[in-house]
Amino acid sequence: MGGYILKRSLLAIPLLLTISFITFVLNALSPMDPAEVVLHAQGVPRITDELLAETRRALGMEQPFLIRYFDWLLSCLQLDFGNSYVTGKPVWSLLGPAFLNTLQLTIISVVAVIALSIGLGMISALTEGKNLDKSIRGVAFVLTSMPPYLLAALLVWYFSVKLDWLPTNGMDSIQSYILPVSVITINYAGIYFRIVRSAMLANLNEDYVLFGRACGLPEGRIKIRLLRNSLQVAISVFCMAIPIILGSTVVIENLFAWPGLGMLSVKSILSRDFPIIQAYVLVLAAAFVVVNTFSDIINALINPKLREDM
Amino acid sequence: MSILQVSNLRIWDGITGKVLVPNSSFELKPESCLAIVGESGSGKSLTCRAIMKLNKKTIRQSGDISCNGVRLNQLAEKEMRRRRGKQLYMILQNGMRAFDPTSVIGVHIRDTLMHHYGWNRSEIVEKMKQAMLSVRLQDPVEIMNKYPHQLSGGMLQRVMISLAIVLEPDIIIADEPTSALDSVSKYEVMEQFVRLREKIGCSMIFVSHDLSVVRRLADEVLVMRNGNIVERGDASILFSEAKHEYTRFLVSSQTELNDHFRRVMGGPDYVSRGSR
Ligand SMILES: Nc1ncnc2c1ncn2[C@@H]1O[C@H](COP(=O)(O)OP(=O)(O)O)[C@@H](O)[C@H]1O
Ligand SMILES: [Mg+2]
Repeated sequence: MGGYILKRSLLAIPLLLTISFITFVLNALSPMDPAEVVLHAQGVPRITDELLAETRRALGMEQPFLIRYFDWLLSCLQLDFGNSYVTGKPVWSLLGPAFLNTLQLTIISVVAVIALSIGLGMISALTEGKNLDKSIRGVAFVLTSMPPYLLAALLVWYFSVKLDWLPTNGMDSIQSYILPVSVITINYAGIYFRIVRSAMLANLNEDYVLFGRACGLPEGRIKIRLLRNSLQVAISVFCMAIPIILGSTVVIENLFAWPGLGMLSVKSILSRDFPIIQAYVLVLAAAFVVVNTFSDIINALINPKLREDM
Repeated sequence: MSILQVSNLRIWDGITGKVLVPNSSFELKPESCLAIVGESGSGKSLTCRAIMKLNKKTIRQSGDISCNGVRLNQLAEKEMRRRRGKQLYMILQNGMRAFDPTSVIGVHIRDTLMHHYGWNRSEIVEKMKQAMLSVRLQDPVEIMNKYPHQLSGGMLQRVMISLAIVLEPDIIIADEPTSALDSVSKYEVMEQFVRLREKIGCSMIFVSHDLSVVRRLADEVLVMRNGNIVERGDASILFSEAKHEYTRFLVSSQTELNDHFRRVMGGPDYVSRGSR
């Protein structure tokens, strides 16, 4: 088992290297001259060729491509992503806190999504075809087919404007978490509870359920087995949900003025602040790879058949 | 007196209303073995599960099923559950899928025996050890610590048989227990069924479409087709004096198959090895 964890973790390294390389290449391919962008951003009134050449030298643009890549990679590993073109502040001093804010929002939302999906999925599967199941699926269908901004607008209108219970933006108190987390949870739990439901229904028809009942086991025991087997399918899906939700916070953060990665990235794209964009892509991609690695390991831990092959 | 009496059993699909088994009546005599044969889709499994009251929720049934004078169809689910395992036990076709794939098979065995008899862990291990050794499962303790996918189909089939030996049910329903096995394991498992009957003196319903297996094991035979019982009678005379054309067809097609097998293998008589 330890061997597998090591092997799987090592596998993440080439993946991360490839991602970093692609990020770097994409940036280098951009038609914009970074030196020009920097000068523009700093508000230099007249950009001369001399000034451009000097700025290029300062940015290290003279070096060969691969050297530049390795320099960049080495400093990235030390969380040194350079300075923002716009403010001149180190990228990590902007990106780090934003990343933590986004991570907080994501983790709380993911926990809520998983709890709600498992709960609703179980109830819905065990009452298959009954009115409860039908209403859960109906409500979920309507809510998930609503785009998040519409859902957010409705919730804000009702809870913040009409009832004046919850703040509409920022992250100042516990209350400010409620609306953004609700929007994400409603949107994703509506999708993921179906996966739990269908996994449970598929397992309900398995022979081990029949044999368990034929041996006279109490229904509670059988439900536990059902859940354990269904979650095996669901866990890999849930693990993939983490990066998806992480990426989807862009919309939510901008709607609720959440000081996270999503807000920062949109702001940087609008002002063409390349170092931040580059770092954002890199951090998000790395998060994807890390979460994926973990989900594979968790899957192996709970699935005896997979564990075999290690 | 029969130990199990099924009268006017009707099984239908509660959603479409389609009748799957129109009207079945049969009985199981104490300490005897009743074989149910018939092509797949003829309603054998539905009938077995109807006796256990374990068909899917969408499947409905009516008619009378009495076990030892108790009318099972009128029992509450809780009462019925108490009888499952202890009085009525079922052995399934595919051992690989009959055990929970996420836990070692010892978990199922312990859950079952603890639930019915309240034995502690070491009592269970001791009893299962003997039962498993008697069905030629070496290393019982090791086997109980294995996941289903780590054991062969034949071994899992014998684990189910050994659980029956410990549970000592009055009636064992075996739904094609040998159909998923290769012929060597099939032969071994067959032998264990014969010995199981000798050992705990239970009555048995044995579903199979392998007539050589049926001849070896059954006292009486039901032939089913499209949900109907088309022929019934004594196992020894049924195959030689089949009245229904479908039974004759079953017998002849298997004889042909065996003739072919014998020709190909050039070996000993495959059919007569299994007969008494
Ligand atoms: N859950 C179900 N819903 C509807 N029809 C079913 C269901 N299970 C079985 N049937 C139908 O009942 C018939 C008999 O099935 P079964 O008892 O499994 O046959 P077999 O003799 O092979 O065991 C089949 O034609 C099958 O299509
Ligand atoms: Mg069947």
